[in-house]
Amino acid sequence: MSDYLEKLDHLTDAADPAPGDVTIQNYTINFGPQHPAAHGVLRLVMELEGEIVERCDPHIGLLHRGTEKLIEYKTYLQALPYFDRLDYCSPLAQEHSYVLAIEKLLNLEVPLRGQYLRVLFAELTRICNHMLNLGAHMMDVGAMTPNLWVFELREDCLNFFERASGARMHSAYFRPGGVHQDVPLKLLTDMADWLDTRLPRLFEDAISLVADNRIFKQRNVDIAICSKEDALKWGFSGPMLRASGIAWDLRKSQPYDVYDRMEFDVPVGTRYDCYDRFMVRVEEVRQSARIMKQCLNEMPEGPVASLDRKVVPPKRGEMKQSMEALIHHFKLYTEGFHVPAGEVYVGTESPKGEFGVYLVSDGSNKPYRCKIRPTAFSHLQATDFLMKGHMLADITAVLSAMDIVFGESDR
Amino acid sequence: MNDAVLHSAPRIAQIDGLADVIRDLLGRDVVEIVDAYGELSVTVTREALAGAMEALRDRLAYQQLMEIAGVDYPERAERFEVCYHLLSVTKNHRLRVKVQTDEDHPVPTVTHLWPVAGWLEREVFDMYGVLFAGNADLRRILTDYGFRGHPFRKDFPLTGYVELRYSEEQKRVVYEPVRLAQDFRSFDFMSPWEGAQYVLPGDEKVAPGAPTPPAAPAPTPKVTQKAADTGAGEPANKEAAKPSRAKKAEAEAVKPASAAAPAKPKAVRARKPKSTEGDA
Repeated sequence: MSDYLEKLDHLTDAADPAPGDVTIQNYTINFGPQHPAAHGVLRLVMELEGEIVERCDPHIGLLHRGTEKLIEYKTYLQALPYFDRLDYCSPLAQEHSYVLAIEKLLNLEVPLRGQYLRVLFAELTRICNHMLNLGAHMMDVGAMTPNLWVFELREDCLNFFERASGARMHSAYFRPGGVHQDVPLKLLTDMADWLDTRLPRLFEDAISLVADNRIFKQRNVDIAICSKEDALKWGFSGPMLRASGIAWDLRKSQPYDVYDRMEFDVPVGTRYDCYDRFMVRVEEVRQSARIMKQCLNEMPEGPVASLDRKVVPPKRGEMKQSMEALIHHFKLYTEGFHVPAGEVYVGTESPKGEFGVYLVSDGSNKPYRCKIRPTAFSHLQATDFLMKGHMLADITAVLSAMDIVFGESDR
Repeated sequence: MNDAVLHSAPRIAQIDGLADVIRDLLGRDVVEIVDAYGELSVTVTREALAGAMEALRDRLAYQQLMEIAGVDYPERAERFEVCYHLLSVTKNHRLRVKVQTDEDHPVPTVTHLWPVAGWLEREVFDMYGVLFAGNADLRRILTDYGFRGHPFRKDFPLTGYVELRYSEEQKRVVYEPVRLAQDFRSFDFMSPWEGAQYVLPGDEKVAPGAPTPPAAPAPTPKVTQKAADTGAGEPANKEAAKPSRAKKAEAEAVKPASAAAPAKPKAVRARKPKSTEGDA
């Protein structure tokens, strides 16, 4: 035995005589930018110790298009479609912040039907967005089937958008002063049928496959726990903040449009992990369906957009009858409307969190500065903090639970 | 500023006397407090920023830093404005804190108060070139690796300076100066009756010394001597170009011997379909 140890003597490290321990070097890997679980073009430079993530440095900006700069060169109305293209999974929610910011500067009143339609479609957007995110989350941790089911529902949502605005994704439906067009009655009744039958059946079926599933729980429960204090410090918002146990929802606390007339519950998490983030979104889908039903029940008749012809262009039919309408139409689509000088910050509850628009106007027909507060930016920054000490395979669950879209985070 | 709130933007509670509370709390660090559109903006001196933010967070319960926005005002002495948007989830209130700076003077960092400020400051640095003293990781964030310049400055052109493409010869992405097939066009949509920056044609006497727009060159008189000058295209249909039978008979009846034969329209030959049988 002593011979054996003597033989080993010069092989072991003198400073660390514990036998059997092999020093390994940290290993740095690139995750992405083309990785299916990166949800877009995310490049993560990760330092691994074995399979444990020691450090995680997200490199973003691969989808940076300079939207904010482009907006400075467009009139207020021309800049609107850029918002569809930020978070292309929930286009109408981004438009909502922007049009509200313009209306705040103009102090423009929106007719009640316009407000109801906006809330209705904002909630449909939330369902549409969560269908994509929940489906992707389930698939990222290994469940294939429910993803296909919720994509059926997402397809229904996109069809509704198409029937309202003509476009499946980039609707440009919300306009300063209201919405672009009224919707046909058949669309509202079809939506009500869908909310009563197809949505709950298919959605609850899909969720029942994973919610109590052992594998799904093993991949999500107690992963990336984030306390209340940390969530506040890291600038979390939306479902990420609620999953950390803070009952904060801008639709409740700072209601806009007709959200103050709606009755809905705000789900919060209790263990602050990825499973909570998933379940908060699941419950939000149910609450969104509830809000949509209330909208459909209560929606009054009337104009869908403000009748202030200095902001909202007249309809084509009117334009062909009236010279004044023709002049208004021409002026609004060439020069656009002028917005009083000033600055406002409007944050709304987009499906992913607080989506804010900081609009600085100099009194001309173009924004002087339009700063967009993306939701994913601060969530993504916390990746390092959330991932530290977790296994490499957990990164997919953590990223999915953040609900990141790079169009929005890179702008 | 209208008194009645007509818009339906997020309704935020108004806290009476908050401006005075902030003035008392921050003392001489406050430069200006503006209450407009129902939002409170506090401008503080640059040196006192970190202390002021700490006081606002710990004493006035603004727990969250939602956003840091840079704005460029090139005509000011200190051209950049950095706007911090704070949110209190307990008081349900928003506050905007501003500092002014230029290219050379760094703004103290707030990363020790809110770790979220790290990336937000990086973004302002990337886009405007504002420096943040104390930010340990002030790298570019949104622009390309090796990008030069700060694109959101007002004097940075919208089209940028370089464009990139994949070079088949060099088998890599190469950067080249921007070449535009058409110059960037910036339209002036402003109404000439409301605040135009130039003198309207005919108003030269009212505003002496203003440059007169150059007179338009004399138009060349338009003549129609050839069929091509009419602007009409080729006859589309051979049959349709022929005079009708009744007209023809009429014309033949009064046909003078010297009349030139009317120009025959070019026959439009139908293209023979290619035989594809042999290819198979």
